[in-house]
Amino acid sequence: MSSGAVRKRWPSRVLGVWAGAVVAFLFAPIFVVVLFSFNEPGRKLANGSWVTGRYNYKWGRFSLDAWKNWNAYPDLTSAFYRSVRIALVVVLISTILGTLMSLALVKYRFKGKGIVNMLLVLPLTMPEIVLGFSLLTLFVTANVSRGVITIVIAHVMFCVSYITTTVKARIRGFDWRLEEAAADLGANAWRTFNRVTLPIIAPGIAAAALLTFALSLDDFIITYLNSGRVETFPIKIWITKRSSIPPQINVFGTVVLVLSLALSIGGLLGQRRRGRVTTR
Amino acid sequence: MALGGGGGAKPVGDGLHPSNRWVPWLLLGPGLAWLFVFFVIPLFELGRGSLVRGGLSNYSNVFSDNGEVILRTFVYAFVATVLAVVLGYPLAYFIAMKAGRFKTLLLAAVVLPFFVTYLIRTLAWKILLFGDGPVVGFLHWTGLLSKNGEVLNTHAAVIGALLYNFLPFMVLPIYVSLDKIDRRLLEAAPDLYADGRRTFFKVTLPLSLPGVFAGSLLTFIPSCGDFVNAELLGGDRQRMIGNIIEKNFLRENFRPQMSALSFVLMLLILGGVLLYARVLGTEELA
Repeated sequence: MSSGAVRKRWPSRVLGVWAGAVVAFLFAPIFVVVLFSFNEPGRKLANGSWVTGRYNYKWGRFSLDAWKNWNAYPDLTSAFYRSVRIALVVVLISTILGTLMSLALVKYRFKGKGIVNMLLVLPLTMPEIVLGFSLLTLFVTANVSRGVITIVIAHVMFCVSYITTTVKARIRGFDWRLEEAAADLGANAWRTFNRVTLPIIAPGIAAAALLTFALSLDDFIITYLNSGRVETFPIKIWITKRSSIPPQINVFGTVVLVLSLALSIGGLLGQRRRGRVTTR
Repeated sequence: MALGGGGGAKPVGDGLHPSNRWVPWLLLGPGLAWLFVFFVIPLFELGRGSLVRGGLSNYSNVFSDNGEVILRTFVYAFVATVLAVVLGYPLAYFIAMKAGRFKTLLLAAVVLPFFVTYLIRTLAWKILLFGDGPVVGFLHWTGLLSKNGEVLNTHAAVIGALLYNFLPFMVLPIYVSLDKIDRRLLEAAPDLYADGRRTFFKVTLPLSLPGVFAGSLLTFIPSCGDFVNAELLGGDRQRMIGNIIEKNFLRENFRPQMSALSFVLMLLILGGVLLYARVLGTEELA
């Protein structure tokens, strides 16, 4: 780019190699997750027969078995579906609560805003184990038995902060006088919200909702402390790991990876198209 | 960015009726109530719970029983955070300054680990570090590890996995702060006879420090509270605070002590965060 290229070449090459190495470090386990979904753990006996192992830690032999029999562990499958259902409820509740909060914080000037912002940031600055254990203390003191409802409560608690901060960042630049213009042109409050406000804030909300879905699906530490006997997908893995780690776990992991990739690529392309429309 | 439109940086509340004092609180109400009941009150309950049966002696017991674990937890988290800066800063710099049209692709690569369930990607590290897996094999081959040496159940395994799991939280904020730097400043520096190194240390690095601070908190805090990595990749001598709480959270008798332990962990971290918030303001943190 600039002059002095001769002197610059050496450090910038080191930088490139370093960046590549770190990306490889980030990719290595992902590669392993996908690869080991095609593994059949176990070993070959002297007589040539195959003994299947219970722990998918070592490469045995290539097999499509885990993909064909993805439902071989119905408990694992049902735990996965349970996690998805919980995540959907969490997204619904926390998106509504979080969007309302972000609208209040971006659109209005009021006393106590600093404290509200602080309260929103604090849950994000606390380790999950503290959040989870303090919530458990509350449930124990109040004699609330743990289950799906307490899991949802816990997830919404930390997701509201994520939603609010994400949506807030996305809608900060919006010119709110457009709402006034709509009202001046005779639109009532609902119509104004529906036709002006919502289309503008929708992309930000959608992105935040996706993030929340992933956070809820993936959460382990807080969930584990407040789940009672209910098993979410991560909890199921945590519990079975003592007796077996079947490759089906990796099949689910790979499916989640591919779906999230597809969704984000779709979202990115959609955003790009919208961007083109608005700049026109 | 599509939202930018004609808005720009309007003052807050522009075009709104200032008389509607109760409207923001109506919008905030449900969310604030949720946070108050399920975040603020539990923290008070935690504090109260840490003082029942034994009072302050719960705290002295926490330190005498788990002193080593507490120290180890903060050392692990600290080392993981420092290593995350060392690994993450150059990557963030590369993405922000040199990646050109590969920027989006590289950013996607950084967040890709989040698309794999936390427990599953940590289990993948167990596969990589297992007995005669690739990492151990390589270390034996280079002679860095003695013939029967293991990687699993070592400090390095746990710290490495913490580093891995929270590295994206370091890279992204540093990237954001580097990306925000006005490029004209970087062009002005050589005009004023600063060489590359001087430009970096006098201009780029200071301007990216907010990102380094944010990234450090986002790496350090979850590392402090984690028990998954120590459980899956470490042994008895790699236990962290989280493991102690995880082992005892269902035992009625241990609850006051566990509350005290959580409270200590929280206070130590909170101290750091408040210091940070004072320096940079809470808006930046979010």
